[in-house]
Amino acid sequence: MDYIPNTERDKEIMLKEMGIPSFEALLEDIPKTLRQFSLALPHGISEPEVLKILKELSERNASTDKCISFLGAGAYEHYIPSIVDHLAARSEFYTCYTPYQPEVSQGTLQVIYEFQTLMCELTGMDVSNASMYDGSTALTEAALLSIRLKEKNKIVCSRAIHPEYRQVIRTYLKGLHTEIIEIDSPEGTTDIERLKKVVDDKTAAVLIQNPNFFGCIEDMGAISNITHKHDALFIACVNPISLGILKPPGEYNADIAVGEAQVLGNYLNYGGPYLGFFTVKKELLRKMPGRIAGKTVDSNGKRCFVLTLQAREQHIRREKATSNICTNQGLLALRACIYLCALGRTGMTELANLNIQKSHYAYERLCTLNVFEPAFKKPFFNEFALKAKGNIQVGKVNDYLLKKGIIGGLELSRFYPELGNRMLLCATETKTKESIDRLIAELSKI
Amino acid sequence: MTIKETKIMNQTEPLIFEISSPGRRGFTLPTCDVPEKSITNFIPQNMLRKQEAILPEVSEIDVVRHFTRLSQMNYCVDTNFYPLGSCTMKYNPKVNEESARLEGFTNLHPYQPIEQCQGILKLLYDLEQILKDISGMSAFTLQPAAGAHGELTGMLIIRAYMKKQGETRHKIIIPDSAHGTNPASAALCGYEVESIQSNASGLVDIKKLKDSFTRDTAALMITNPNTLGLFEKDILQICKIAHDAGGLVYCDGANMNALLGMARPGDMGVDILHLNLHKTFSTPHGGGGPGAGPIGVSEKLKQFLPVPRIEPKDNTYVLNHDCPNSIGRVRAFYGHVGMMIRAYTYLLSLGKEGICKVGEFAVLNANYLRHKLEKYYDIPYGKICMHEFVISAKRQKKKGVSALDIAKKLLDYGFYAPTIYFPLIVEEAIMIEPTETESRETLDAFATAMIKIAADIEQQPEVIQKTPKTTPISRPDEVKAAREPNLTGCPRMQVFSNLLIIIRATRLQR
Repeated sequence: MDYIPNTERDKEIMLKEMGIPSFEALLEDIPKTLRQFSLALPHGISEPEVLKILKELSERNASTDKCISFLGAGAYEHYIPSIVDHLAARSEFYTCYTPYQPEVSQGTLQVIYEFQTLMCELTGMDVSNASMYDGSTALTEAALLSIRLKEKNKIVCSRAIHPEYRQVIRTYLKGLHTEIIEIDSPEGTTDIERLKKVVDDKTAAVLIQNPNFFGCIEDMGAISNITHKHDALFIACVNPISLGILKPPGEYNADIAVGEAQVLGNYLNYGGPYLGFFTVKKELLRKMPGRIAGKTVDSNGKRCFVLTLQAREQHIRREKATSNICTNQGLLALRACIYLCALGRTGMTELANLNIQKSHYAYERLCTLNVFEPAFKKPFFNEFALKAKGNIQVGKVNDYLLKKGIIGGLELSRFYPELGNRMLLCATETKTKESIDRLIAELSKI
Repeated sequence: MTIKETKIMNQTEPLIFEISSPGRRGFTLPTCDVPEKSITNFIPQNMLRKQEAILPEVSEIDVVRHFTRLSQMNYCVDTNFYPLGSCTMKYNPKVNEESARLEGFTNLHPYQPIEQCQGILKLLYDLEQILKDISGMSAFTLQPAAGAHGELTGMLIIRAYMKKQGETRHKIIIPDSAHGTNPASAALCGYEVESIQSNASGLVDIKKLKDSFTRDTAALMITNPNTLGLFEKDILQICKIAHDAGGLVYCDGANMNALLGMARPGDMGVDILHLNLHKTFSTPHGGGGPGAGPIGVSEKLKQFLPVPRIEPKDNTYVLNHDCPNSIGRVRAFYGHVGMMIRAYTYLLSLGKEGICKVGEFAVLNANYLRHKLEKYYDIPYGKICMHEFVISAKRQKKKGVSALDIAKKLLDYGFYAPTIYFPLIVEEAIMIEPTETESRETLDAFATAMIKIAADIEQQPEVIQKTPKTTPISRPDEVKAAREPNLTGCPRMQVFSNLLIIIRATRLQR
């Protein structure tokens, strides 16, 4: 199947009308030597044949539907209301492009405007953009913004930030003559005493994730104060679901709040596409990367929406733009928007509460077993780290659980060699009491 | 053929906050089945939110109607011809959506044990092999999230390569016809950008390139076919100039649709190429993403690709994080896997012959449309084109009608507008890319509309200036939007006004 409506007959008619003897004449600018190759690709196949192959490939994966999974660590399983899939599947949304022609793109533009509004409500920040690629690139762009704005080149970053996010920051900043200082978190949260010593007047920004990679809740207020004493930006990387209950960045005076919004109605998808969000205080509006929708009126005075403040962007400013981002995550922002509207005011609080109740139930039950003890003793949201007791090995525990159809936690030694024999477990609202009890029952046999 | 104005779109829709009503809800969560305790048992009060977020309070049907009605205020590929130059707005096959929604893909966690992810890893590995075959590059990474992210990844690779060679080259040369993302990506990497002027034919000026490409130049960033829709016929010599000076060639693959089955950037001597799965390989544009911008590299640059790398190992696939010369990670996890599944489905469907037909009919359709319009509009460059072409409305401008006006009038005729005012080197540019998925009849209808507009401009230019008339809104005041930024719907105010309405209503009842 090739989706090409024109036939060989059409081709003949078209070439004739153009007065062109053969199609090859249209390729005269391509050097002949470049035309001599053949593709190894097999022949095309029909829809049922394609779907059979894809189904077989998908079934070779063990999805979280078939097992009980306690994995989190930056990608979370949450229930997605049916309407999210149904509405986002409208092709008026998914087969259009960036709304360059506002007159025939009001649907997309109003969605972006509503998304911006919802993200500002949730984070307590003043302004949001239309989205970034993912949490890691949103955080990195925030660091870049601080370097540009403050004209300083030192970034202080908690080591309790998602390790892959920190790797991305290092990749982007390598070669830009920037110093990145990482602060340890021996007790599960960022070492504030150490932070105080490190943050100085050369610091452009302090980056903290909350809840952090270990699930622990940081003292954001204290860190915000330390940061602002040195004229640096306080950048918070937050989980939007947690903001149903946890203090939002606006309440602790963050300058930029970013994060991963996969949790808002988007699938795990083996890591992507996900949805980065980027919100700031109004003073930073014109330094922001990415698309922004704004309200205005049309020539008849009717309310409408457009992409605005484009003088920051690459298609206008080229090498002087605030970022190179062009295509972002429009459709996933739409999904987040639908999700937040469906959950609504009470739903988001209830959802955050369910996450806290389930994870704490799991944590308390797990700690009564002879297998684990808490790795840290800090308040947490929906994930927590445990340490295996005695000569029990977390790797073996996970292997054992896998045989029982349970995916255990992430082994922390993968990213933190010093945290051997510890695992990070997550329990969102998708974990029923029954599934948690099953985990406990299996572990109690060890 | 006659062409008519159409008025089919939904004309207005309130903000979701404006239909919010206290107590309504659009989704019910399961009740808590574990013994529930007060939150403060777990988390100290000072870490909790003081003021709850004012999200809308709407019923499920409110949400459904709101977003359905909003969708009816968009033009899209499924409703209208979308000749947006440089964006390759081809038809997005539905079977792609079907395969991407298979539960074995959507519900797969990126940190699941590798043996549970063999299906997806095989798919990703196979997709890399197909892209290598089509492009002639030696190795691919699928990780970059979009074209611009691919460009950045490419620039980082160039820097890593130069560093390994012991060189500190600080300049990237970019033709003046390039996409804005090119200079922005180079600058993001700390490179100085040197723009070189295109020659009278709209192509890279060989002499200027030779003079500019010094020992300070790390790479040339080129688009082929270029943004005028012209194939850089001296491409072999261009690559040689860069290579002879010890530099590299980066190719922006935004226009790869023209080359499918026709020619391969790898054979041209390109060192790094990014592809846009959302342009060439039919994954939907989603109203501005998600896209995906895989990059292919030549053999000598393979070692610098970002981690992790998907590798076959004893009949299985693994993710290799241990690549000492790699530029590092460019994003969390492995990239826009959902888009890769769609592109893979598309490539299996098309196969070898289908791929070649894409390039052929993309070029045929563009030339056919170009031929139909050349009597009525100025076409400043070339006699033939590849997959797109750029006309200039400078003749029409003399009558007071701009490229923007023409674009807006097309909306009234039921066509999305072409890209306008780009590339920057064409005055009053209108950039048209029909793609291979449009029929001769659609192209004829579009040409008829364009010709009628040209004729109307001669007769009554003021009519064209006052368009569009059939769309949900007329032309927006963009200056007001930028000068008085209003970027959020201020739900707190809305709640307040809704409360007033309730208070008033209660008073009336009394």
